Amino acid sequence: MVSIRSIPSTPSSLTYNDLPWIIEHREDRCTLCGRCTSICPTQSLHLTYHRQRMPQLGILKKKRGSEYRVFTGIRQSTSLEHRCTGCGMCSMVCPNEAIGPFPNSNDDRARFHSHQKGEAWKRGGRRNDRHSLLDQLSFNRISMLTDPALDAGRHEFYLNTILGRVLPPEEYIRRQAAGEWIPPTREIFPFIIGSMSFGALSPNMWLGLLQGVAYCNEVLNIPVVMCTGEGGCPPWVLKSPFLKYLVLQIASGYFGWDEIIRAIPDMQCDPAAIEIKYGQGAKPGDGGLLMWFKVSQLIARLRGVPEGVDLPSPPVHQTLYSIEESVMKMIQTLSMAWDFRVPVYPKISGSTSAKAVLNNLVRNPYASGLLIDGIDGGTGAAYNVSMDATGHAIASNLRDCYLDLVAQGKQNEIPLFAAGGVGKNGNVTQNGMGLIMLGASGVHIGKYILQAAAGCLGNEKNRCNVCNLGICPKGITSQNPKLYRRLDPDQVAQRVVDVFMGIRTEMKKIMAPLGRSQSLPVGMSDALGIGDEPAARRLKIRYVC
Amino acid sequence: MCRLAMKTAAEPFSPYTVLQAMEAMQEGYDGSGLGLLLRGMNFADFNYQAGEPILSGIAHSEAALHRLNQMLQDRGFTLKYDHEFQVRPELIEAKDRHKYFLRVYKQPLSWKEWSREQVENELMLTRLALREDGLRDNDLTVFSFWPDVAIIKEVGWPLQVGDALGLADNRITSRICMAQGRQNTNYGINLYACHPFFIQGVGTMTNGENTAFVPIKEYLTGLHRPGYVGYQSDSEVFAHILHYVTRELKLPLEAYKHVITPLKTEELEKHPQGRFLRGLRDACRRMIIDGPNCVMGSMPDETCLLLMDTKKMRPATIGGRPGEWAMASEMCGVDAMIPHRDKSLDFQPMRENTVIVPAHRKEFVIWSQFDPYPLHRAA
Ligand code: SF4
Ligand code: SF4
Repeated sequence: MVSIRSIPSTPSSLTYNDLPWIIEHREDRCTLCGRCTSICPTQSLHLTYHRQRMPQLGILKKKRGSEYRVFTGIRQSTSLEHRCTGCGMCSMVCPNEAIGPFPNSNDDRARFHSHQKGEAWKRGGRRNDRHSLLDQLSFNRISMLTDPALDAGRHEFYLNTILGRVLPPEEYIRRQAAGEWIPPTREIFPFIIGSMSFGALSPNMWLGLLQGVAYCNEVLNIPVVMCTGEGGCPPWVLKSPFLKYLVLQIASGYFGWDEIIRAIPDMQCDPAAIEIKYGQGAKPGDGGLLMWFKVSQLIARLRGVPEGVDLPSPPVHQTLYSIEESVMKMIQTLSMAWDFRVPVYPKISGSTSAKAVLNNLVRNPYASGLLIDGIDGGTGAAYNVSMDATGHAIASNLRDCYLDLVAQGKQNEIPLFAAGGVGKNGNVTQNGMGLIMLGASGVHIGKYILQAAAGCLGNEKNRCNVCNLGICPKGITSQNPKLYRRLDPDQVAQRVVDVFMGIRTEMKKIMAPLGRSQSLPVGMSDALGIGDEPAARRLKIRYVC
Repeated sequence: MCRLAMKTAAEPFSPYTVLQAMEAMQEGYDGSGLGLLLRGMNFADFNYQAGEPILSGIAHSEAALHRLNQMLQDRGFTLKYDHEFQVRPELIEAKDRHKYFLRVYKQPLSWKEWSREQVENELMLTRLALREDGLRDNDLTVFSFWPDVAIIKEVGWPLQVGDALGLADNRITSRICMAQGRQNTNYGINLYACHPFFIQGVGTMTNGENTAFVPIKEYLTGLHRPGYVGYQSDSEVFAHILHYVTRELKLPLEAYKHVITPLKTEELEKHPQGRFLRGLRDACRRMIIDGPNCVMGSMPDETCLLLMDTKKMRPATIGGRPGEWAMASEMCGVDAMIPHRDKSLDFQPMRENTVIVPAHRKEFVIWSQFDPYPLHRAA
């Protein structure tokens, strides 16, 4: 049968209301300044002519019918490549509030056509699921009479945590007396800026973060550390005193490690720690993916690769024959590189097999901790299906691991760190402290920091989330100078400081009513409650209603 | 909040005098319990020999007492003295107290060759076995089984409990008496939840609430030491930590305060042994308490100690004169125990202090966490 080509409908033909975001444009307010069309990261908007019917109401006139006028208006592209992402930049720049995106309340048909040219749908950002179990946790064990609640404003609080292997007391005392090696530890703020690479983030973003972190440490005495992600960091940073605020990540592509190893003799101080990435919550089983749009000249130089090529890291480390072997080899090698003065720990994606990894680390005397990244983690680029449906929620995964350590009496030896969805709906301190009370020694935050410190537009309703394409409208995840010059590193630094000062205050506001001030309430599960009975049972905390 | 009173004197005295003193602090407890720990025992009706284990507890039924006798007999203990309390049951709230026992036993002959450590472990294991046996039907409560130490715990108003057990009759005296009047708070009324807590010669009692209880309990339980069980009260961990620090880690007594309330990082940076203490703080991080608490304790060599949590929201005081010293959670308690003393020498420990009354009782000593730490001295 021959298709009727005169009807403009192919299988993938979409109209504007098949798309996830629909642009509403008010012609009466539009002055045709063109700012929206030029800012739109996906070039979704174009000026075009519209024809409008002008009904004639003159009853007595002989001539009946309508007249028409032609005017210039905005039209949104219906091709997937140029679809509206809902970022809202057009509304931000419009001087007359004439335009803006609205979520399509109907099911968007576009999703059925997102696989194109034989490729599955890839995107950056987050999982697009507003549900957060962490948001449901509440702190119920309020000190009332015997032990009055503390004054969050005036009392002194010890808020820091320890990153690094801690010996059992007997062994610590023995080694001290014998003058033997004591594993390195760091006293850090329990909210850590999670691994986002210098390639995924723009130079302005990355340096703004580092500047803010340095200010927190040096002026405010909040010992925040940030993780580099895969891809190293600029050589001047490696040789600067700021290195001590950085956790250097090594991942399966080993990107950036040539520069790091070469810089070791010139380092003024040791890095905060080394993170070996085995997995990531947003895309378990996938290696890193820096898409070619983002491999600029600078990034290519840092990573030692040609410009403008896709940089997929292998899903596993080349050394990975078995976890035991890999963990042992890599932890030991990297410890040795800094003469056993730097904590080295692995990062894995949340998984039902996390306990097996953990038990392995318990037996490895050089392992300094374990970071578990849950399914709600973010990413610069991943397959949709990995992000949405692959991985393990963090709360129960962390809790299982912690209780496993408790049963072995090892909970003080291997600190657990949790990540993935901390602050996804904005409740960063509540989420983080919830995880700490479930047993984490600290939490890593990524997306939250982008949102709070740099104004990232993404949200859990799939707004924006084009971090993979190098077109980030805020200049956060782009290597295009035209875009990242929109982001002022000083302003990012200022926001980083605001964020951590806010978290510090909120931590006190959580700890004070619980009567806690002398140490971070790691594992204080008696303080937690949740209004979801199965979840309470699963997490072994109190059900409250 | 509970009230604490403790007296240590070269001359043995009746525990009843401490109970009378506790009346001065009566607004602080609600009659939900009294606990007494006596150390340096002296019986009017029996010539007690140092080293003989004393078993303290309550049998709630004839059958339980019978089982107890059988178990001890099976293990080779011989009863030497069974203190008969002049009980006035009408003064006791609980109705299932078949017999309060305070008995001196002779160690099994087979233990003769054993090291001290072996003997001490076996004594603890015997107590734990009895305790476990009693928990099955809740008909036997065992507080301690240790040389030179007796423990009495009962629900009720402290002085009334003293009258009920005839403690005023001077037939039992001791050189140290620790007493706690209980204010029931979070946890159910349970005899095992009464202070003082005791393990292998180490006894402590506390007031206030330790909000870090659950993580500390999990940590101590995870050490898998047979004696670290119970935890019907959040304060039991204080005794176990003191035991762990001095007996297991073999650290000097000074280390206790560094473990439960370590100095801040900036303070440790200036401390002469700051590096060691910082590592100790990290290694023992799960035992950091979160008061406010006042802790009083006594050690096997009759050293007594008094210390506060770091928040220091408690007015605990020590006062006395050479030969006798009293500590109480409130100053009026000290006044009642040793009224004629030079009050200007009274002392209220600050957050960094541990007050020690050595066994010679000539004076008390004030340690500060800022002082050099005796790195090379063991417990
Ligand atoms: S919301 Fe963003 S993507 Fe959509 S039209 Fe406006 S600028 Fe373009
Ligand atoms: S603003 Fe940038 S970083 Fe945020 S979701 Fe959009 S593309 Fe990603």
